[in-house]
Amino acid sequence: MAETEKDPAEKKNRFQNNYILQAWLCISLALIFGISLAAVQAALGPVIIENKLNETKEKVPELLLGSETAQKMAADNKAFKITPRSIAVEKNGIKKFYSVFEARFEDGRLGGWVTKVDGQGYADKIELLIGLDPAIESITGLFILDQKETPGLGNKIIETKWRGQFAGKSTGDHLKVVKSGAKVANEIDAVTGATISSDSVVTIINKTITDLRQPLKDAGRMKKE
Amino acid sequence: MADQPTPLERFIRGILPENPVYRQLLGLCPTLAVTNSMKAAITMAAAVAFVLVCANTVTSLIRNLLKPHLRIVVFTLTIATFVTIADRLLAAYMYQMSKTLGPYIPLIIVNCLIICRCEVCASKQPVFTAISDAAGQSLGYGLALASVAGVREILGTGMFFGFRVLPATWPDWAVMVLPPGAFITLGLLLGAVNWYSGRGAK
Repeated sequence: MAETEKDPAEKKNRFQNNYILQAWLCISLALIFGISLAAVQAALGPVIIENKLNETKEKVPELLLGSETAQKMAADNKAFKITPRSIAVEKNGIKKFYSVFEARFEDGRLGGWVTKVDGQGYADKIELLIGLDPAIESITGLFILDQKETPGLGNKIIETKWRGQFAGKSTGDHLKVVKSGAKVANEIDAVTGATISSDSVVTIINKTITDLRQPLKDAGRMKKE
Repeated sequence: MADQPTPLERFIRGILPENPVYRQLLGLCPTLAVTNSMKAAITMAAAVAFVLVCANTVTSLIRNLLKPHLRIVVFTLTIATFVTIADRLLAAYMYQMSKTLGPYIPLIIVNCLIICRCEVCASKQPVFTAISDAAGQSLGYGLALASVAGVREILGTGMFFGFRVLPATWPDWAVMVLPPGAFITLGLLLGAVNWYSGRGAK
């Protein structure tokens, strides 16, 4: 009799010690939470993507025409027609896709290009918008979409004063960072105390222009024909 | 049971006698990191309050089902879920602010203030008590963040909530907006609070 008594007890014990059964609460909560998070993402995801896109589009006139002309354009109730495009660039056998926004005036004339690129900064990834004129001859503007550089030093790259230096620079030469007192056309003053952040931005720009110059020229020409 | 505090007492305790930052020294990472402006500090406090109230409620509801050795897993799971919801909500409806706060919203998951309240209160108390405890602690946390942020924003930029309060001739103390300013401010305020409550005890 003793044996039969022991058996169910042991069985019960084994049953209770089963890992999966012990974790039933965790597992079912994980399922419920997972489903609710999926629902939240489904509801909010499009809004978030829209936010990012809107921010980019908002900046396009300023990037291409400078803030004064852009304000005038907004006052006249005119806007660019912006088409997002993806440009593939093949380098060393690796295909890279650039996200480019093609901006056209209302009459269909090409207003310029804005490209969204990112690269390593001092602290974290820096996300940039670079404005280029229709012929890809010069940079028309620069905007920092996202950065986590040192507050007070590196994050000065977001200031208009520093960003303004890039407007009008030729795409023919590589840009170069100097400590202060940029004299030559392709030189950029570094942010005081943040040479690495300044260098990162310039490196990203140089790389992007090298990669995109020809493909964008082709893309602009193709549209014309 | 006689010395069990009532829900109201728990709420009041969270504000100063057991203030999460000044008395318990919990959740200091956001206290130091996002308090260089009032707006960021208030948004952070609101996000923490949302997560804390929700996590406390859920934990309290399932408190009788918890297994002792698996409780931390369940707390973390609950907290992570609500933090993710808060993060997505901010990105969708307060896009600029979510960019300012950056990684600190996802980092609420590891804010020990919340897991502490789940462990100490919500896993042992009924729902109403747990909610009032969470509300008190959140309010105390919000006040602490606001006090640090207020000092830093005023001294660092001469502004409060983005409005100028000090004359334009004020030489902005850039150090107050930088990380060292956070440590200096928090240290001095902690000292002041301790001195004040120590004086009362004598």
